[in-house]
Amino acid sequence: MDLSLSTRTVGDRTIVEVGGEIDVYTAPKLREQLVELVNDGSYHLVVDMEGVDFLDSTGLGVLVGGLKRVRAHEGSLRLVCNQERILKIFRITGLTKVFPIHGSVDEAVAATD
Amino acid sequence: MATVELRFSALPEHVRTARLVAAAVARRAGVDEAVLDEVRLAVGEACTRAVGLHMSNGVDSPVRVALIEDEKKFSIEVGDESPGTVGALVPGARDEIPEAPSEDEEAEADSEMGLAVISGLVDDVEITADEKGGIIRMSWPATSVATLP
Repeated sequence: MDLSLSTRTVGDRTIVEVGGEIDVYTAPKLREQLVELVNDGSYHLVVDMEGVDFLDSTGLGVLVGGLKRVRAHEGSLRLVCNQERILKIFRITGLTKVFPIHGSVDEAVAATD
Repeated sequence: MATVELRFSALPEHVRTARLVAAAVARRAGVDEAVLDEVRLAVGEACTRAVGLHMSNGVDSPVRVALIEDEKKFSIEVGDESPGTVGALVPGARDEIPEAPSEDEEAEADSEMGLAVISGLVDDVEITADEKGGIIRMSWPATSVATLP
């Protein structure tokens, strides 16, 4: 399965809906998407990972890169994820302390701190 | 001899194939369904790392994956032929992380995160390297499949 990406705007937030597998082969596409959004002035991103079937460290690296980019513009990068197998990877690597992780897109959009 | 042995060109697009094959053989070997996700992720990380090492060092030979079914455990060995990677084997071996990492350094950081994921996921893991290359050995408990086809 390949990676699917779509974006939409809610208020000042840009939602990036990701589906499929994020690995060493597909992660560059996600990186390109995040870089493009930041270059276009979208600094408050919500990455919806509910449709993600697989995530590895390459994907984590891309998300960390995205976070660094938005922070350079005082922006934010929030994740939406309820899947235990994906959350586990964030816990193992200690990244639950780095990313705000929300249970729904609505919650992520409403979050301010 | 390994139950199943896989050799693939060191290209990112083949890592998924290695994950699928490893998970299928692990399932057959009787690895618990709940652990298959971990097997898939760990073998993917090991292969990703090997592919990265081959690509960055210009190694043309394929990446090797051996899937070994024993009575009580299922083992995976992922071997690369990239020389002199011992320093990169220890997560956090480098003292400082540069502020603006180059692409190579980013790849190296990814590789370290991959190893961190493997060590976090797999209880029985052994990483060795010499001048010929490195091997990551991982194993999981498996219940001998008693069911006949």
